[in-house]
Amino acid sequence: MKIEILGTGCSKCKQLEENVKTAVLRSGKKDIEIIKVTDISLIIAYGVMSTPALIIDKKVKCTGRIPDSKEIAEWIKT
Amino acid sequence: MVDIFLPIQWLADAVTYGLLGIEMNTYLGNAVNFFIYDTIKIGMLLVLINYLMAFVRYYFPMEKVRDILTKRRWFGLDYLFAAVLGMVTPFCSCSSIPLFIGFMQARVPIGVTFAFLISSPLINEASLYFFPAIFGLNVAIQYNVMGILVAMFGGLIIQRLNLEKYVNRDLLKSQATKNVETNADKKKHSLKILLGYWWADGWIITKQVFPYVVLGVGIGAVIHGFVPENLVTQYLSAKTWWSVPIAVLLGAPLYANSVGILPIMEALANKGMPLGNLLAFMAGITTISIPELIILKKVMRWQLLAAFLTVTLLGAIVMGYYFNMIL
Repeated sequence: MKIEILGTGCSKCKQLEENVKTAVLRSGKKDIEIIKVTDISLIIAYGVMSTPALIIDKKVKCTGRIPDSKEIAEWIKT
Repeated sequence: MVDIFLPIQWLADAVTYGLLGIEMNTYLGNAVNFFIYDTIKIGMLLVLINYLMAFVRYYFPMEKVRDILTKRRWFGLDYLFAAVLGMVTPFCSCSSIPLFIGFMQARVPIGVTFAFLISSPLINEASLYFFPAIFGLNVAIQYNVMGILVAMFGGLIIQRLNLEKYVNRDLLKSQATKNVETNADKKKHSLKILLGYWWADGWIITKQVFPYVVLGVGIGAVIHGFVPENLVTQYLSAKTWWSVPIAVLLGAPLYANSVGILPIMEALANKGMPLGNLLAFMAGITTISIPELIILKKVMRWQLLAAFLTVTLLGAIVMGYYFNMIL
């Protein structure tokens, strides 16, 4: 599984990264790759208009808000 | 009107004059009282409003705003729509570029895009929800209506100037391969879970903003308690033609959280600073942010950026003149 965090690096993106890490740690899964995407053209390529955004296996899960680790945990469960 | 914040005033009085034993009507007493009252009041509003904003963000992501502006022709109403959407949707300046490019790629006219970019920092959750509690409902309504008009006309002017050629085309070429299906699994969540999510989302923002609010209240308290009224009326109360532009220009290079500076504005207003000067100063601080301009420079040439800056400055000045005239 590949999780991408889209954001230009403001504090909200860092908070999202922390939440993702917590969720991944709790899930106990070992095959999850977390990537931070700061390149604007890559962010645009996803059609995302507000950051931070969370992409799991190329699917946009949410944009412009910071989901908590519980919500993220549900996304990575499946 | 019944002041719903009266219990907070009682509490602040009880703590300042009872618990801390500071004498009434002293400099320190006034300052401490202001600090306690405003920290509690703005803190409570902040929690409430961030919760509401999290709810709005969930159901109204920027991608939806774009779709509203592109799916139908609104025959000139697009400007009004963009301005209103800029007011109600929370937007962080770090999203300026993806937002700008997203709008341009979706063929939203450049003027409409700028109407959104102007309105979004000028009128926002601070003016919409905090102004009624701090400056009263009357000022709040007029400020927000004026803000919408400024954003609409600003957008119209930029459209008329034919500045589309100054947008960096390279970034527009990288076509979005897929459109976002935001919150595709929305329906699966029960309301109870959603309420929890909004709480968590809003709380993160509250935690980030609160230190700035405390700082702002602190500065406001010092002004409220220790700065003599005649100092303010002597230097800041001029209602001349140049006082408003100067207020805007002084505010422009400063950047502060729009909720954080409210207590400072409140304290200055109480000391007799004219509302026009004050709101122009505040508009200068919140709408013109140098970091945002630097970010936007990446996607547009300086001609367009200069037009944006000029229109925004003029908008803030118009706002100031208006309030100095009517009050």
